[in-house]
Amino acid sequence: MSAEGPGPTPSEYIRHHLVHQANKKQENIVDFSIINIDSVVVASVLGMLICFVLWRAARNSHAGVPGRFQAAVEILVEMVDKQAKGLIHNAASRKVIAPMALTVFLWIFMMNFMDMIPVDLFPFLWAHGIPVISDHNSAGLHAVFGAEDYMRVVPTADLSTTLGLSVGVLLMCLYYNVKIKGLGGWAHELVSAPFGTSKNPIFAMLLGIVNFAMQMIEFVAKTVSHGMRLFGNMFAGEMVFMLIALLGGYAALSFSGGLFFIGHLITGTAWAIFHIFVITLQAFIFMMLALIYLGQAHDAH
Amino acid sequence: MEVTGIVALACGFIIGLGAIGATIGIALMGGKYLEASARQPELMNDLQTKMFILAGLIDAVFLISVAVALLFAFANPFVA
Repeated sequence: MSAEGPGPTPSEYIRHHLVHQANKKQENIVDFSIINIDSVVVASVLGMLICFVLWRAARNSHAGVPGRFQAAVEILVEMVDKQAKGLIHNAASRKVIAPMALTVFLWIFMMNFMDMIPVDLFPFLWAHGIPVISDHNSAGLHAVFGAEDYMRVVPTADLSTTLGLSVGVLLMCLYYNVKIKGLGGWAHELVSAPFGTSKNPIFAMLLGIVNFAMQMIEFVAKTVSHGMRLFGNMFAGEMVFMLIALLGGYAALSFSGGLFFIGHLITGTAWAIFHIFVITLQAFIFMMLALIYLGQAHDAH
Repeated sequence: MEVTGIVALACGFIIGLGAIGATIGIALMGGKYLEASARQPELMNDLQTKMFILAGLIDAVFLISVAVALLFAFANPFVA
């Protein structure tokens, strides 16, 4: 086996695949001036696709025996509707929240599904052009757009996307807190739940501070864990797909690479099948938690 | 010790300890689910949905730790 093959080393390969197509290089962990263009574009395209497909289904729906497509959409809508009915006991808000949950579920599912596309397909198209026809010396799509050859196609494996979604859910929670309980009612809840309040003004003050701190911690923890959970799962999935791709890369470097190739096929198949389960489950969990949090915003203490 | 060595050890701990926690959690929950559905088979479908949600929640922490460990293994931020 030759020690130095053509192309990048495994470490370089993975590091290269973890860089976003951003408007500038990231220096700090938190920097709101950076936009990850690849995530934004892929997420928008998938969002529009989902909206278009659902719009088509709604326009072409008819009473009577439904076609396969209509039946599939109906099953989804009924599933989400059932969950929403169980968690949010307010028919007026459900009119907004249930469609939101359906859209979020399908959108996140589609974004997660980008993980199932071969890890190197889009990065290779972007960097070098069409696989098989082009080789590593040709310039691909990035030359057409005049951008750098970084491309990540899983928007949910980007912390900005998932935390953006969870902050969206948080904002909806705050909106419904104010709408259902009124500003005064919510302010009262902030200082009196979860430990209750007291008749004695000094104890009431102390309990109020503790309660308020607990509520703030709850909001922050809910939002951060909501986003991090989706991100962690998708990032780990992407990372493992990259490692499996590397296993196939090693096969090309050695004469005894057949074993690597068999390992690549077995692990790749196993992980892809497991990952179908994971992406669906994570999209479902994100939707369910959004519903649960919004349901909590409707419950008065 | 060098930073690389310490980080390699840390990756092992992150994955190993995370795996212990996740497996114990999944095992407890799966056992309880089987027990409960043996007692009340008519609740099986309801419980199954909830079990999958909880399995996802338990699994998530472990998968996040795997992602972080793999990130450290390949693109180590501590080695400038």
